[in-house]
Amino acid sequence: MSTAAAPASSVPAGARSGWWEAVQPAARDPILGVTEAFLADSDPKKVNVGVGAYRNDEGKPVVLECVRKAEQIIAGKQNMEYLPMGGLVKFNDLSVKLAYGDTAPVLEEKRVAAVQTLSGTGACRLFADFQKRFKPDSRIYIPVPTWANHHNIWRDARVEAHTFRYYKPSTRGLDFEGLMEDLKKAPEGSFVLLHACAHNPTGVDPTADQWKEMSQLFKSNGLFPFFDMAYQGFASGDTVRDAQAIRIFMEDGHQLACAQSFAKNMGLYGQRVGCLSVVCDNSQQAVNVKSQLQQIARPMYSNPPLHGAQIVTTVLSDPELKEQWYKEVKVMADRIIGMREALKSNLEKLGSSLPWKHITEQIGMFCYSGLTEDQVDRLTKEFHIYMTRNGRISMAGVTTGNVEYLANAIHEVTK
Amino acid sequence: MEATSAAAASVFDHLEQAPEDPILGITVAYNKDPHPGKVNLGVGAYRTEEGKPLILNVVRRAEERLLADRSKNKEYLPITGLADFNKRSAMLILGSDSPAIVEKRLVTAQCLSGTGSLRVGAEFLARHYGVKLVFLPTPTWGNHFKVFMNAGLAVKTYRYYDNKTRGLDYEGMLEDIGAAPSGSVILLHACAHNPTGVDPTPQQWEGIRQAIRNRGHLPFFDSAYQGFASGSLDKDAHAVRTFVADGGECFIAQSFAKNLGLYGERVGALSIVTKSSGVATRVESQLKLVIRPMYSNPPIHGASIVALVLGDGDLFSEWTVELKGMADRIISMRHKLYDALRARGTPGDWTHILKQIGMFSFTGLNKEQVQFMTREYRIYMTLDGRISMAGLSLKTVPLLADAIHAAVTGAKA
Repeated sequence: MSTAAAPASSVPAGARSGWWEAVQPAARDPILGVTEAFLADSDPKKVNVGVGAYRNDEGKPVVLECVRKAEQIIAGKQNMEYLPMGGLVKFNDLSVKLAYGDTAPVLEEKRVAAVQTLSGTGACRLFADFQKRFKPDSRIYIPVPTWANHHNIWRDARVEAHTFRYYKPSTRGLDFEGLMEDLKKAPEGSFVLLHACAHNPTGVDPTADQWKEMSQLFKSNGLFPFFDMAYQGFASGDTVRDAQAIRIFMEDGHQLACAQSFAKNMGLYGQRVGCLSVVCDNSQQAVNVKSQLQQIARPMYSNPPLHGAQIVTTVLSDPELKEQWYKEVKVMADRIIGMREALKSNLEKLGSSLPWKHITEQIGMFCYSGLTEDQVDRLTKEFHIYMTRNGRISMAGVTTGNVEYLANAIHEVTK
Repeated sequence: MEATSAAAASVFDHLEQAPEDPILGITVAYNKDPHPGKVNLGVGAYRTEEGKPLILNVVRRAEERLLADRSKNKEYLPITGLADFNKRSAMLILGSDSPAIVEKRLVTAQCLSGTGSLRVGAEFLARHYGVKLVFLPTPTWGNHFKVFMNAGLAVKTYRYYDNKTRGLDYEGMLEDIGAAPSGSVILLHACAHNPTGVDPTPQQWEGIRQAIRNRGHLPFFDSAYQGFASGSLDKDAHAVRTFVADGGECFIAQSFAKNLGLYGERVGALSIVTKSSGVATRVESQLKLVIRPMYSNPPIHGASIVALVLGDGDLFSEWTVELKGMADRIISMRHKLYDALRARGTPGDWTHILKQIGMFSFTGLNKEQVQFMTREYRIYMTLDGRISMAGLSLKTVPLLADAIHAAVTGAKA
């Protein structure tokens, strides 16, 4: 407590005060706001299928055993010195091997600039700022729909954003013709945001053939592929399979960039662990690009947080822990696939006349149910079921304990 | 198959390699040096007498508790971070009976250490504040410039360090504050000014406060060394608390990198003191819009440690003892270096080493002298003549004194 006598006139007359009167209350984040509302609800039957965080069949968050083991290994041994601006080097090396393949030629030729980031969000933002700095007149093409925060990220980076068709409501699948038509119109030098697997929020992914066709278009039209990969391993249960889009583009010689997140596939959400990588012409260029990425990171947060990167590094560099991780990721993916099947069969059993095969055709954490905003509101008001108003259901929040209740509620509001 | 034949050259072909960060680059150069007697006095990270990084006992104990608690999970924190951490961080800098806390006209957001807190605050100002101009002291931490500029604010400077006296240019500072356009953002180092170690006296702080309030300026405190400067957490918070006590608004960026030794875990907080709780609520909602597209929510590990330490009476007490230990060791190094220079008869007045406060000493050495010391004596320090006292030990003081002596007496100007 200050011991100085209170000044006679604290803020003199005529001096400005109350600078923030004009600040309007901001709208709640559409995704994170759902969990806030869920927590505030006291109804015992309430179900949270809002935010995309994995839950086990008891509806509880999970800390992976391989992560617990890694934490034990790390505990008491490390210091807490600043990481370099580009993060933990070993972490970056292991991340890009996971994304591109252990023996990918671009890695052996040291053509990849990689920096540790604040999870997937941080990787996207770092790239968006980088894109603005070095390609200031370029555009970003964003699929419709996408994770809402993508628009915020490129907007705050002041990059001109356009959209391309992606989801087809009538089929609840991919609008491939629309996608190709829209991207054909993109000027050369445009950047295109692609979800590597388990598209958020629709769960609709292109097939391998469709990816190949897109890759050819990108080559012929000079488009830059930017992959947001937040679910590697989480979608199919197989990390190699989930990276197939990236591998297809790599084979065609694209110099792509990739934002990786370990939030979901290693359950490290709050630790904020991610990696941004950019494939370059040669190793010197990779050095240049990395140095420039660091220049953007330094005035934003100086250097990334240590603990989560140490966990990932420990898991991925220990063969036993890595094996265990593969198994645990498959368990998560399988449980979700199982819940998809259960939700669909429950709806069919209830005699719903609407088509529900998209539930099992879509992949990853989310199901784009096709529910309207009004129907979603009814689900919340009448059944205490929480999801984002675009009808996106986080399948990770579905359990054997609530799947019937959920199916019933959906049936009620859609019949 | 190879990229270069099929595809066009990279769209980033025109990039040049960026220069090393002037501060962090010193450690890079140090690490590359194979010489066994090298000394790193670059980055401001505390070292023990043995020259090793230090993890505080209270941090170890807090980590053990967290590890043992299997009920803890790794779920996303809210956008503005761990509520308990925020509450206790604010209490630490403001005092638990601060009017801003009691009247609930404060918003605190957990951010990525001091850098992140400054950047989020700067982004908020660029969007919502009428005067998009910030004044930084000369000199200041190098990264301040880019933090504010990248956020979209214009940056100017005010006089601070007096080369001749190696102390505060108080008159110059008041003059420049008085001349700044009304409502300018004034960045102030809460204590242990980086890089100079020169802090205003309590009387001078009072003059500064009046000058700032008279012009309707907005003070933005960078508090990275609370507890590290004098050894007392409350004493080091004095300046901040007088500004809050006068009822006006201010921004505060707090870092736990140094005082809790949590450097790499990136733990910090941005506090905004407003006029009313209604304003605070709206400000918080807008802060979220800045943070969400930057990194969504802050990292959990470091903040959990801090919340534990601040919230547990025993851990907190033990922390104050460890903190004083670090501050005392630095003060003792100042004395040792001063004595060593006197013993060598090194020309010049070196009392500023004793008068300066905190982790750094602004030696007064110029760029050529620094480069000489690095080349000939393997002393790694920033080119502005700043040395991290925390990097010194009884063993390395003589080497540094030799190097300074040689640089001052023999080095080419």
